[in-house]
Amino acid sequence: MHLLENRGFVHPHASEITPRDAYLRRRELLARFATGAAGLALAGWAGREALAQTTRPNKLAALPGARSAVAGAVTMEKPTAYVDVTGYNNFYEFGTDKTDPAANSGTLKTRPWTIAVDGLVKKPLTVDIDQLLKWFPLEERIYRMRCVEAWSMVIPWMGFPLGDFIRRVEPLGSAKYVAFQTLLDPKQMPLQRTHILEWPYVEGLRMDEATHPLTLLVAGLYGKALPNQNGAPLRLVVPWKYGFKGIKSIVKISFVDKQPKTTWSIEGPSEYGFYANVNPAVSHPRWSQATERRVGEFERRKTLPFNGYGDEVAQLYAGLDPKTLY
Amino acid sequence: MPPRRPPLPWLKPGLFAGALIPLGVLVWRAAHRTLGADAIAIGLNQLGYLALVFLMASLACTPLKILTGWTWPIRVRRMLGLFAFFYASLHLLTYVGIDQQLDWAVLWGDVTHRKFMIVGFLAFLCLAPLAWTSTDASVRRLGFARWKSLHRLAYVAGVLAVVHFIWRVKSDVRVPMTWAAILAALFLIRIADSVRTRRRKRARELVAARSVDVGTPG
Repeated sequence: MHLLENRGFVHPHASEITPRDAYLRRRELLARFATGAAGLALAGWAGREALAQTTRPNKLAALPGARSAVAGAVTMEKPTAYVDVTGYNNFYEFGTDKTDPAANSGTLKTRPWTIAVDGLVKKPLTVDIDQLLKWFPLEERIYRMRCVEAWSMVIPWMGFPLGDFIRRVEPLGSAKYVAFQTLLDPKQMPLQRTHILEWPYVEGLRMDEATHPLTLLVAGLYGKALPNQNGAPLRLVVPWKYGFKGIKSIVKISFVDKQPKTTWSIEGPSEYGFYANVNPAVSHPRWSQATERRVGEFERRKTLPFNGYGDEVAQLYAGLDPKTLY
Repeated sequence: MPPRRPPLPWLKPGLFAGALIPLGVLVWRAAHRTLGADAIAIGLNQLGYLALVFLMASLACTPLKILTGWTWPIRVRRMLGLFAFFYASLHLLTYVGIDQQLDWAVLWGDVTHRKFMIVGFLAFLCLAPLAWTSTDASVRRLGFARWKSLHRLAYVAGVLAVVHFIWRVKSDVRVPMTWAAILAALFLIRIADSVRTRRRKRARELVAARSVDVGTPG
């Protein structure tokens, strides 16, 4: 699974690519819209679009990073507006409404923050987040994110490959899976006082999934540190899987030899599996997964197997029945 | 003689206007793009929730009269039920036309495979004949007894709607379970009342029978 060998790339339809000419003039165009020349209604829309493409005037620290060169890591699709990426979230520790995490996650203290590494590993350790972020250069990757609820986004993440981290901490040969755990602290995460899910949130990956070059530990988005509602200070992003695999606010990474428990498969084993690979052919019991709505768009689009990352990841599942991979 | 003015003359027009306010707010927010990131899903959920609220309000009218003796809830029962049907129709149309954009393969899968969708659709199907027979003329045509038993379907719709809501949410069922509890309470009030009425009726019959006995010369 060397990076250079893996040249698979999902080409967007020609109709989805903004003409180069228009692309180069987009800021000028949007600025003109936003000043009101295009009328009040359009200004509202364009202002929102423009906002999404400019530096955010908020207090989050800027994160420097270069564009990733990994195959498939930078989609050409238009990123979802910043207000939507940071205002429409599933993070049940702060509420079950999509707007709850943005409203309620101010109670989360992301500094100081440590991440424990334990289990079947040569160097069990506890590392401070700021130290960890110096271990690896940050890359920008623009991934599609497909939620199991049949909506999707395109998000410019800042992070580093989980595989680099794994190689550095050196798991033992007996380690077959990686397990992740979110912070457990009802004072900071108020919904942990309820029993709507089993706390803390836990997730897991097979070792080959975890070391795949597309699997990312993420510390930021849109060139800035992660907002709390998006899983600060460190979260997982696995672009070919449903969004709930992307565990947020990680405090522990364990190497284990058995398939670890995962929160949503505990909650509903018939609805959410361990693999949770995006698969339009396998319906959720309550809704079809065949199509999705990109946040900010009106028309539904077809959902792609492995969320469009099949060229890169399908070989991980060769020989397994795709119907079991929900 | 001039016709007697009914009490609470503002009741029905007030309710009518008030019941349209949430729709107005929804349309206004949709037009101004302030519904949120996934506006279609949010609008869909709000319309479904409004349908549930109006259905529950219409089901609460008789229990409220039983508890308080007020008669005004009965005068607005029909309007509340029709608004439930109105919002349920908008909810269904939004799902079919805007959310799924007439994707018949998906919609067919919904009504054949997904119990969550099936109960929601059945709830709507229960409400449709009630809306159709909501006029005074229908009551006369069907006869009050038959009309009344047909309109007990509203309770079936209530149960189906609450089940639809419980199955809709992923894990936090606190809000839908609250509605389930409200529905159960409404049922209990009606059952308790019908038991009491029957007992009183029997007692009256007994008293009447005894008085007949007493009155009969030996």
